[in-house]
Amino acid sequence: MAEPNGHDSILSVRGVSKNFGGVRANNDVSIEVPRGKIFAIIGPNGAGKTSLLNMISGFYVPDAGEIAFEGKSINGLKPNEIAEHGIGRTFQNIALFRGMNVLQNMMLGRHVLMKTGVLSSFVYWGKTQREEVAHREKVEELIDFLRLNDLRKAPTGELAYGLQKRVELGRALAAEPELLLLDEPMAGMNQEEKEDMVRYVLDIAEQRGTTIVLIEHDMGVVMDISDRIAVLDQGEKIADGTPDEVRANPRVIEAYLGADH
Amino acid sequence: MFHRECGYYKTSYQGDQAILPFPIAKQAIFGLLLLFLIVIPFFANEYYLSQLSLVAIAVVGALGLNILLGYTGQISIGHAAFMSVGAYTAANLVTRIEIGGEQLPFFLALPAGGIMAALIGLVVGIPSLRVKGLYLAIATLAAQFIIEWIINHTPAISGGAAAAIEVDRPALFGWVMNEQWELYLFVMFFAILAIMAATNLVRSRVGRALVAIRDQDIAAEIIGINVFKYKLYAFAISSFFAGVTGVLYMYYFSIATYEQFQIVVSIDFLAMCIIGGLGSIVGTIFGAFFIIMLPVVIRIVMESFGPYFMDPSYLPQVIGQLRLIFFGGLIMVFLIVEPEGLNRLWQNIRNYFRVWPFSY
Ligand SMILES: Nc1ncnc2c1ncn2[C@@H]1O[C@H](COP(=O)(O)OP(=O)(O)OP(=O)(O)O)[C@@H](O)[C@H]1O
Ligand SMILES: [Mg+2]
Repeated sequence: MAEPNGHDSILSVRGVSKNFGGVRANNDVSIEVPRGKIFAIIGPNGAGKTSLLNMISGFYVPDAGEIAFEGKSINGLKPNEIAEHGIGRTFQNIALFRGMNVLQNMMLGRHVLMKTGVLSSFVYWGKTQREEVAHREKVEELIDFLRLNDLRKAPTGELAYGLQKRVELGRALAAEPELLLLDEPMAGMNQEEKEDMVRYVLDIAEQRGTTIVLIEHDMGVVMDISDRIAVLDQGEKIADGTPDEVRANPRVIEAYLGADH
Repeated sequence: MFHRECGYYKTSYQGDQAILPFPIAKQAIFGLLLLFLIVIPFFANEYYLSQLSLVAIAVVGALGLNILLGYTGQISIGHAAFMSVGAYTAANLVTRIEIGGEQLPFFLALPAGGIMAALIGLVVGIPSLRVKGLYLAIATLAAQFIIEWIINHTPAISGGAAAAIEVDRPALFGWVMNEQWELYLFVMFFAILAIMAATNLVRSRVGRALVAIRDQDIAAEIIGINVFKYKLYAFAISSFFAGVTGVLYMYYFSIATYEQFQIVVSIDFLAMCIIGGLGSIVGTIFGAFFIIMLPVVIRIVMESFGPYFMDPSYLPQVIGQLRLIFFGGLIMVFLIVEPEGLNRLWQNIRNYFRVWPFSY
């Protein structure tokens, strides 16, 4: 879909609002996410960043406004239907299948790409087995990419926090999404883990052409890797533009200084 | 196990996903098949054959319940009611439809009973979208009594006042399975089929999705699993297994009667899953074996030693009570001490020998 500014946007959020009782989590928020780019959403705690992601991925239904993916409205679709459309997601507070190992988590990530139904899974040999093996190969490529080779059979609940975040990224990637929503993928990581994660995000965007919407508090990282940035404050979008534009925006400076004091 | 960690070839993924990754496991399975299909029917006496037949039938139903309870995390206290649906469906079909002077053959009656139970199971599963835990338990408990009541009060289903329908022994192209060993092989065949089907289910896409729903339903949704649809699948699959179990009971006893499928039977099957190990196929088999054989062991022990310290005329009653005490106690012990059931014990033993003699 051609936008006035010449961008081809994969995701359009238009005038979206969400209230929880008296709390305005989002108020008339609009963003255009350009295809194949890294789009960051920043803002102080409680600004409404996660709520916006929850509306995009179908966990919250917007009170007002519209969300369109690939030019088609996805308002009112269930999270699993949105996943089928090609939107992947990781959570701020990791949502892995903790009892399952890395491999099982990633195979589950490919659920939408697989076809086996109840009856053919009873039989297994033949079609189902071929499908399992084919998808296992794809998962192994991902395991290589994320350097999780030694941890294939490790229960994810027992992994270090940074590794869990990486496995969750892997599970989302396994579905080969067009659009990937990452909610604070680097939070709570040490410097080395952060650098790894930054490289993965850049590689995903470059090598796979996946569009990425990234929520992140680390300004250094955000300014470094984002193509565009939207700034939320108390549920409202206060700025939107390239890193340089956002950095120079007086409202942004005020919001961040205000939040710090 | 090094070879499992490093293979990068297609063949190795297939091997890695195999049920039996080690040659010794294949040999063990072969040995077990030999034992249960040839040695036992040849050498065991009628009584033990009959007990093992009951174990085989129970394995089918317990696998179904464990798919729902252990793998999907949805409780059902109405499992026995689905067995009755299967049994009465088959009983009505075989007694009403004759083909060449014979009752409808089992290979048609059996899936028909399973499918009917699955359909009813779908309906009973609908509340699972909205309610969980205790509330779902109560909803399925209600289903148990409603189904029982309907069967009892509908002569067209229950076959009249006694609510019992007698049927002929299963027959295959003129071979009527009358002898104990024939019936044993008959039910054993379906037990093996059920074990294979359940094992395949839980290691493929559908089974993974069920476990995902049990572990983390938010995460299941975000990776595109339709939680409601898969919960209904779980109810349908579980009820199908129950329905088949009911038909097997019907053939084994030559009669369908609601008394075989009352609430205590539902509890027995819950006990098989909990004691055997929730979410484990091998555990389910252990559980079924344990629950069926425990009363036998109690009886033998009490009949041998009871007369030394009590009036023998009390024995039958005491044995019946002991069974209940043991069941209740064991369910509590396993829930509190070892939620993974007998399967955990088995895993511990196996892991010990897997690295034996190099323990590290
Ligand atoms: N399900 C909910 N019920 C009630 N209030 C909610 C709910 N979800 C979000 N909120 C409220 O909406 C506001 C925005 O929350 P949100 O989680 O979107 O913030 P955020 O920008 O992601 O913050 P953080 O940086 O801390 O993750 C907060 O005041 C929060 O308490
Ligand atoms: Mg947040």
